[in-house]
This record gives sequence, structure tokens and C-alpha cells, in this order.
Amino acid sequence: MKISRSPWLLHYDASSCNGCDIEVLAATTPLYDVERFGIINTGNPKHADILVITGGVNAQSANVVKQIYSQMPDPKVVIAAGICACDGGIFKDCYNISGGTDTVIPVDIYVPGCAVRPEALIDGVIKAVALLDQKRKEAVEHASCQVDFSKRPAK
Amino acid sequence: MNEIVIMIIGIAAYLILAPVIGILVSGYDRVVTARMQGRVGPPFLQPLYDIIKLFNKEATIVNKVQTALVVAFLIFQVFTGCIFFSGSDILLVFFALTLADVLLILTACSTNSPYSSMGAQRELLSIMAYEPMTLLTAIGFYMVAHSFNVKDIICTDTPAIIKLPGIFIGYVFILVIKLRKSPFDLSTSHHAHQEMVKGLTQDISGNVLGVFELAELYASVLNMAVVGLFFITNKPISILWALIAINVVYFVILLIDNIFPRVKWDVMLWSSWIVTFTLGGANLFLLDVLKS
Ligand code: SF4
Repeated sequence: MKISRSPWLLHYDASSCNGCDIEVLAATTPLYDVERFGIINTGNPKHADILVITGGVNAQSANVVKQIYSQMPDPKVVIAAGICACDGGIFKDCYNISGGTDTVIPVDIYVPGCAVRPEALIDGVIKAVALLDQKRKEAVEHASCQVDFSKRPAK
Repeated sequence: MNEIVIMIIGIAAYLILAPVIGILVSGYDRVVTARMQGRVGPPFLQPLYDIIKLFNKEATIVNKVQTALVVAFLIFQVFTGCIFFSGSDILLVFFALTLADVLLILTACSTNSPYSSMGAQRELLSIMAYEPMTLLTAIGFYMVAHSFNVKDIICTDTPAIIKLPGIFIGYVFILVIKLRKSPFDLSTSHHAHQEMVKGLTQDISGNVLGVFELAELYASVLNMAVVGLFFITNKPISILWALIAINVVYFVILLIDNIFPRVKWDVMLWSSWIVTFTLGGANLFLLDVLKS
């Protein structure tokens, strides 16, 4: 059985203008209803399989993003939702913006748009769950732990 | 001899069928909830997919005792069900269930997460709220059947509900707390975004969370079976009534879950105690007066 049938989402707002956040929430409303695909919006990183980041990650949220990412159990996938999360967007040159989620954690799926459309986001999530299966398969084949210890903060 | 065979059949049926029934019930729960909210909802077997997924995930273990406590929670939950379905003492069932819940609280307390310990404290309050009613339920069954044993309770001529309507309503009331449905889903919630994230299960992850979910399936089947106990008599047709009653009760709980917002702990405590002592207490009192 594939694990992609039950992806649980964690949504974190890393300095988004809230445009993208509202669209992420819109995806859970009756009109788009992501629960059709078994997707649940959980607030807990330890239960989540997919991390959705909105906004361009500023100096304050960078550590939080890293923390959340390291708390999620493997296999996990990261989605950058909205053009800000993809590469900083219109805030790219601001002094406090690090310029996209991939400057702090590895990103698997980029979903552009300002704001990201719920349809596009659901599309991205469907791509992400396929990736989840693949990561799980690789983990089983190599019989290895996927945690990258080099990314752990030093004690 | 015959009795032992029936006991073993009861236990085996519970061990094998309870997760299956639990998954179906929980799938029905999620689809109906989605329809009530005007959504399409997940596939019917979604809870099964969830559990399979969880068993395929890595667990982040926060300390040494956590996993042992969660597994002990599962064992006690299953053990309790075995006592019930083998026809033994219902008082013991209720006490062992509480013990299982205490193990869960210990799990949550053993971690450093503030959300987890808040969830544990709220779970303690939930136990405080529902425990008096479970005791009255056991006493009610005793007054009707003159025995605490489940196998004697199901051999009466009239269904227990006729003599115990107040106890029945009280039990359904605390069932909302036991199944962690809104408005009493204080310690951990099925719905997204509680004020303290996932509370009780905050630090349980991956396959350990899978064990927890499995235990919850066993628990929900057991709790609903007690509802059936109010209807079962020595006539075989009564099993049908029990099944219908269980369905109706579950639907009502779902409806309540979707209508009412979460309450604060003090509201939970006084409301459940009021229900316990007015409905449950009055029911027992009347039963005693009418008998003598
Ligand atoms: S992509 Fe647009 S809507 Fe989304 S956070 Fe950036 S500016 Fe706001």
C-alpha cells in the first residue's frame, strides 16, 4: 500500500503577505476540499508528511522553518507555495528577506503564483505525494535512515 | 466447557473484528462529517490508509519510556475489550479502561512539550468528568441483572434500557467525552488546529502514533458495544435493536460534534456531573424505590 493516500499537511507562514495563506486555507473549504485526497491540515510537525511554506522567509522565521523541518519524521516533502516562497517574489531585495524557502531548507516542489491558486496548490500536493512514495521506496531499498545529520544544529 | 469455548470465540472475534469495524466506523464518521459540512470528504477507507501510512513512517522518539507506554496503552485497551467480550465483570472493564487512559496521560507527561502536558492535564479532567457516570452505569446494570457479569446482563428478559433510560442518556453524554468529540474534545481533537495543536498526541509520531490509532479503534468499538449492552436480551432479535441503537447514537454524537464548538474544562466538568447526578442518580433512586 502506498503511503501517498494519506498525506498530512503542515502549513507555515514564513513572512507571507497572507495572500497565499488565505489560498492555502481556501483549499480546505468545501469548494476545493483537499480532504478528498485524504489530505489533513495538521498543526503538528511530528504528524506531518508535507510542509507547505508561504512567504519569502525572513531573518526571524528562518530558524523556525529549520526547526519545523527537522522535527518532521521521514519521509517528508517540502512545498514552496507562492512566488515569494519560491524565490522571494516582490520582496526578494528586501534587507530582511533571505529570498525563497530553498535558501534555508531543501525544497521539493515549487508552486508559483501571486497569490498561489488553490488549484495549483492541490496540483503541487498531488505531485508531492508521488514524491513521498518515491522517497519511502528509496528508504526501504537502501535500508537507511534518511535524516541528514549534517543539517542538525550543532550541540 | 461450553462456556469457555464461547468466551474464547468472543475474545477472538473482538481481537480480529474490532480494528475492521473500528476502521469502518471511523470512515463513516469522516464521510458523514464532510457531508454535513458540504464537502465531498475522503474515501471511505481513509482511516485504513492513515494507519498504513503511519506504520510506514519514521518515529521521532523523545524519550525511552514513551514507546513502551503507548504499547502498554494498546495492550490495556485490548485487554479491557477481551474482558468485556468474554462476558466477564463490567466493573473491571471500566476500571481497566481508566488504567489504559492513565497510561496515555503518563505518555504525554513524559515528554517535555508544553502542549503535551496541557493535553495530559485536560485528559485528567475528562476522566474526572466521565468516571462517576461509568460507575453509575455499572451499578445500574447490577441493579437490573443482579450481576456485574456481561454474560448475565445479556441474559435478562427485558432490555436494560427500559429500566435505565436516565443512565443510558448519561452514558451517551459521557461517550462524547470518551470518543473525544466536540464540544468535549479538549485533550486532543480530530479537527484541525486546536489552540494547543494536537495536545495529548503532540509528541507521539510515526509508527508509535499508528499504535495509538489502533488502540483508539479498539476503544471506540468497546465504548459503542456498551451502548449495545443496554438493548441486548436473551432473544436473538435484540442484537438487531442493539445495532440500530448503536448507529443512531453514533449519528447523534456526530451531529453534536459538528454543531457545538469546544467548551472550556469547567463547563465540561459541571455539565457532565449535573447529568450524572440528576439523570443517573434519579434513575438509580427510582429503581430502588420501585423495587421495594
Ligand atoms: S506570492 Fe503574492 S500573495 Fe503570496 S505571499 Fe507573496 S506577495 Fe503575498
